[in-house]
Amino acid sequence: MSFIEIDDLEVTFRAKGRLVHAVRGVSLSVERHESFGLVGESGSGKSTILRAICGMAPVTAGSIRIAGERVRHGRAFTRRVQMVFQDPFASLHPRHTIDRTLSEPLAIHGIGDRDAKVNQALEDVGLGRGFRFRFPHQLSGGQRQRVAIARALMLEPEILLLDEPTSALDASVQAEALNLLSRLREERGLTFLMVSHDLAVVDHMCDRLLVMKEGRAVEQLDRAALAGGTMQAEYTRELFAASADRLTG
Amino acid sequence: MTTPLLEVDDLHVSFHTAAGVVEAVRGVSFSLGRERLGIVGESGSGKTMTGRSVLRLIRPPGRITAKAMRFDGQDLLTLPERRMRALRGSRIAMVMQDPKYSLNPVMKVGEQLTEGLRRRERVSRAEAKRRALAALEAVQIRDPERVFHAYPHELSGGMGQRVMIAMMLIPDPALLIADEPTSALDVTVQAEVLRILDGLVRERGMGLIFISHDLRLVSRFCDRVLVMYRGRVVEELDATGLDAARHPYTRGLLNCLPRIGGDRGPLPTLQRDAAWAE
Ligand SMILES: Nc1ncnc2c1ncn2[C@@H]1O[C@H](COP(=O)(O)OP(=O)(O)OP(=O)(O)O)[C@@H](O)[C@H]1O
Ligand SMILES: Nc1ncnc2c1ncn2[C@@H]1O[C@H](COP(=O)(O)OP(=O)(O)OP(=O)(O)O)[C@@H](O)[C@H]1O
Ligand SMILES: [Mg+2]
Ligand SMILES: [Mg+2]
Repeated sequence: MSFIEIDDLEVTFRAKGRLVHAVRGVSLSVERHESFGLVGESGSGKSTILRAICGMAPVTAGSIRIAGERVRHGRAFTRRVQMVFQDPFASLHPRHTIDRTLSEPLAIHGIGDRDAKVNQALEDVGLGRGFRFRFPHQLSGGQRQRVAIARALMLEPEILLLDEPTSALDASVQAEALNLLSRLREERGLTFLMVSHDLAVVDHMCDRLLVMKEGRAVEQLDRAALAGGTMQAEYTRELFAASADRLTG
Repeated sequence: MTTPLLEVDDLHVSFHTAAGVVEAVRGVSFSLGRERLGIVGESGSGKTMTGRSVLRLIRPPGRITAKAMRFDGQDLLTLPERRMRALRGSRIAMVMQDPKYSLNPVMKVGEQLTEGLRRRERVSRAEAKRRALAALEAVQIRDPERVFHAYPHELSGGMGQRVMIAMMLIPDPALLIADEPTSALDVTVQAEVLRILDGLVRERGMGLIFISHDLRLVSRFCDRVLVMYRGRVVEELDATGLDAARHPYTRGLLNCLPRIGGDRGPLPTLQRDAAWAE
């Protein structure tokens, strides 16, 4: 039994009579302490899978289990599983200061020492204390994304669902964010399920990855197959070929 | 030499906040012809504010000052707001960094795509729709008809980005400012979007400002690249590429990148030097 088990997941949105089959029978499993990558075409259902785990997408078939149990979405789940959303602007409350955004989850879960924890979290993601009382619109795109990462870490979850966590960051800040995530995974034994369109980021962070296209799983690869370019599916080969500038050397 | 399409001389953008003054842009100058100019730089270095300044889209308490800012012979610093509005979204278009936030959440994608077209060019509803669907198809949207009738929250991150690009291309602008236009796209779709932008520069003589944090992408795609750090341009690179980069920030950036097949130890990080911001 794996830590996270997704079996034959289907997600179907209903929009004005139209059905949108966003995820069409995808299965994957993630071991405890593993870091698992999701890559694939834009619109192929990657974010939808993460949202389904959090109970934020209409699952029409299949199952999602964590540690052997079907997920139930309540306080215990929030404590255990946190998500960094792809769109940091939409996920930060526009009229809450960064301080409030970071300290509120602690307050809700009755956790003390909030002041020090907020300062530490800001420092961890490379934002000085000067940012603490700003509003989201007073931050650049990458600064907002770092606040979103900091918020997900506040409750010290076991599982992090990361949706393009560094796609708005330049190389230097990305390196700091990825190093932070790897260090925390090591120290706290976290499990990651991570979406990225940058194969180099996935290669650096993930042990295995699933390639998606049009709501379906195309192929699952381990890191050696990715680095060695020994993928089977045509689509994966195209992705790899278009990532030539991400190779070593 | 012919006069450039856009000239920016000594641009400053500052925000007076309760906690003090934030100088987001500190003396940026450049000129742009019918070419691809890249702007790269660290998160928070002032790329977006530079782009938005050209359209005078800095919200109060932000303030723009410059010695000169001219587009196609018009003085952008003194142009009445009414004429500025007429420029925006027609002759100068900008793809915003937060596409889903910049799209109107309560209006269908199709209405947003056709609105400007119908207002400016007075084309029929059917013709406007035909052109909108063609634009969606060009940016590799798989199901243009569905997306035409969808609301922004029903799109994936990369689809929102492509809708925004489609919307800015419909009016055939003379200058396009694209702020991280491909950051949410997979590499194959990204290649297609770049091909479209490239075609507009080559075939229609559009000027393009391509803002991105991805140094490798920008140096491959653009004719010239400005590297920003803490509100200033610290280096300008031409098409010969990154090997010629001299500034320690630019050179340091390249070392921070993960690579396919690289070892998985901690990535090198930049030791920032206070002198870089001088
Ligand atoms: N609320 C919704 N209503 C209707 N359709 C939706 C909704 N949310 C997502 N979709 C559709 O589901 C499909 C998958 O979207 P998803 O966001 O999972 O893609 P993605 O793989 O994350 O893409 P990207 O890399 O561009 O972010 C898309 O076709 C999208 O339009
Ligand atoms: N309303 C505001 N009040 C105070 N500071 C602001 C405001 N808006 C932006 N800033 C600051 O201005 C600086 C430049 O922001 P800008 O959005 O131009 O950065 P950027 O280079 O586009 O970064 P990114 O790559 O992260 O998007 C940032 O440090 C940001 O925090
Ligand atoms: Mg997504
Ligand atoms: Mg920006």
